[in-house]
Amino acid sequence: MSALNLIDGSETSLRRFLQTLAGVDQIGAQERAAMLATRSIKTTSKKWAIDMAISMIDLTTLEGADTAGKIRSLCSKALRPDPQDPSVPHVGAVCVYNDMVGIARKHLDSIGGQSIPVAAVATAFPSGRASRKVKLQDTKDAISLGATEIDMVIDRGAFLSGHLGEVFDEIRAIKEICSDKAHLKVILETGELVTLDNVRKASYLAMLAGADFIKTSTGKVTPAATAPVVLVMLEAVRDFYELSQVRIGVKPAGGIRTTKDAIKQLVLVKEIAGAEWLNPELFRIGASALLNDLLMQRMKLTTGRYSSANYVTVD
Amino acid sequence: MSLDIKKTYKLFIAGAFPRSESGRSYEIKDKKGNFIANPAQASRKDLRDAVLAAKNAHSSWASATAYNRGQILYRIAEIMEGRSEQFVAEIMAMESVTSKQAQVQVRQAIDTWVWYAGWSDKISTIAGSTNPVAGPFFNFTVAEPLGVVGIVADEKSSLLGVVLGLAPVLAAGNCAVLLASQKRPLSAITLAECLATSDVPAGVVNILTGLSDELTPHLASHMEIDGLDLSGVDSKSAAALRISSVDNLKRVHSFSAEKSPGRILSYMEYKTLWHPIGV
Repeated sequence: MSALNLIDGSETSLRRFLQTLAGVDQIGAQERAAMLATRSIKTTSKKWAIDMAISMIDLTTLEGADTAGKIRSLCSKALRPDPQDPSVPHVGAVCVYNDMVGIARKHLDSIGGQSIPVAAVATAFPSGRASRKVKLQDTKDAISLGATEIDMVIDRGAFLSGHLGEVFDEIRAIKEICSDKAHLKVILETGELVTLDNVRKASYLAMLAGADFIKTSTGKVTPAATAPVVLVMLEAVRDFYELSQVRIGVKPAGGIRTTKDAIKQLVLVKEIAGAEWLNPELFRIGASALLNDLLMQRMKLTTGRYSSANYVTVD
Repeated sequence: MSLDIKKTYKLFIAGAFPRSESGRSYEIKDKKGNFIANPAQASRKDLRDAVLAAKNAHSSWASATAYNRGQILYRIAEIMEGRSEQFVAEIMAMESVTSKQAQVQVRQAIDTWVWYAGWSDKISTIAGSTNPVAGPFFNFTVAEPLGVVGIVADEKSSLLGVVLGLAPVLAAGNCAVLLASQKRPLSAITLAECLATSDVPAGVVNILTGLSDELTPHLASHMEIDGLDLSGVDSKSAAALRISSVDNLKRVHSFSAEKSPGRILSYMEYKTLWHPIGV
């Protein structure tokens, strides 16, 4: 991991590195995000963007009321989002709670979805309030059940009280368990980090600790994936690539419900991080309702008439 | 000397009064060619937003008690009463009629709300039935609202046409997307201001102003719309709209300008229930 030679792993070196980061110009970030959001994407570009967005979705269900049946229907939808149109690509991954990973993996394999990874939220999602031992076990469980992507939450309490080393060590420990078996996505929960400066710091901290992806939110806290936050995170992965020659992915999650929202995200990716990130390996969108809106917009482009929610599945 | 403040006529979508997302407006004139106002010129995106708002509002409006819906319809009449002068002035400007004729039209419009308010909790009793069946079952037929109804209001009487279109649709428990008359849209927008202050939940009625030729094809082809009232469309244009409304089997009607309980039933569908006796 070439990124690690930027620091020696101690809290002091980490703190020193994070202090070298420039502060975020908040107004500037908001205005740039707002400016990029005005870009109009139509016809063939829109069709391309819709298909790209579908292939980037981490189709998510994280409800207390999830059942095995719901997970299976979600997996079927992940593989074939529009049953009437086989030209629709499959989604990027399925994202579920730890105990549902086995069911999801088994069902995906049985319907020909071997290429779709199952992501599990781990480390006492969404609050992250549990002992280190529990968090590690949570992660091990998910991987042993077949999860190849782990979405961990950072300890926001520790981060906000300045215990950066603690947050760093925890990510390292989870990364060790993931090793080459699973991709690690680190959820910053930007809605609780208060400032964009903190978002930038937390992004670097996660990347230095070995994250493969940095993810905005759990989806359980609002505000979630706001445009300025995603912009700051995309700048972070771009600059981190300059430093370390390692490309880290970004995953906005929470609050992205419409095709318009999704296309705005793609514009941000292209303009801030660059075209290399327009790829499901490096950019994912955590969503559940978004997929239906993308499908309805896709039908509109194909048939010329606005579609209705009656023609897409409920879950 | 006081300042003459001109009114901006805007759209009515999801309980709010936005300008068109396209930023466009168009000019309306009276018979002699004098300028009256610049209403918003809705785009098909405004139409889509309006349909979505109607769709989202439907389940709670349809499940409100028929009695409650009747009360709300009556409330619209009350609020209109207080603003009748403004309606009269607008009708006179748009239709070049006398004050007396305009007053009669406003009177009729208000009466129409009251008339349909009364029908709201009676229609299901009159249209529903208990059916004799050969078996140990109760068998009921009940009328239920259809969903979202698109209305192109009759423009001969600009206010009355709008009310005759909206009232039966609301009494049935449907939500409406109404396209106001292209030449005479002001009464519809002023009516929207009454609707916004008379307990009609946001999104139940959405009113668009703009060019008929631009908007009606999308109204007819939209898969989320379940019924169409083409009273304000000439028969030649209506034929094309009927064809594009076939895809999701919309109920398409065109009515003469009078009140009738049949107008309520035009946008209701019947559900038949079987219930075992003695269980």
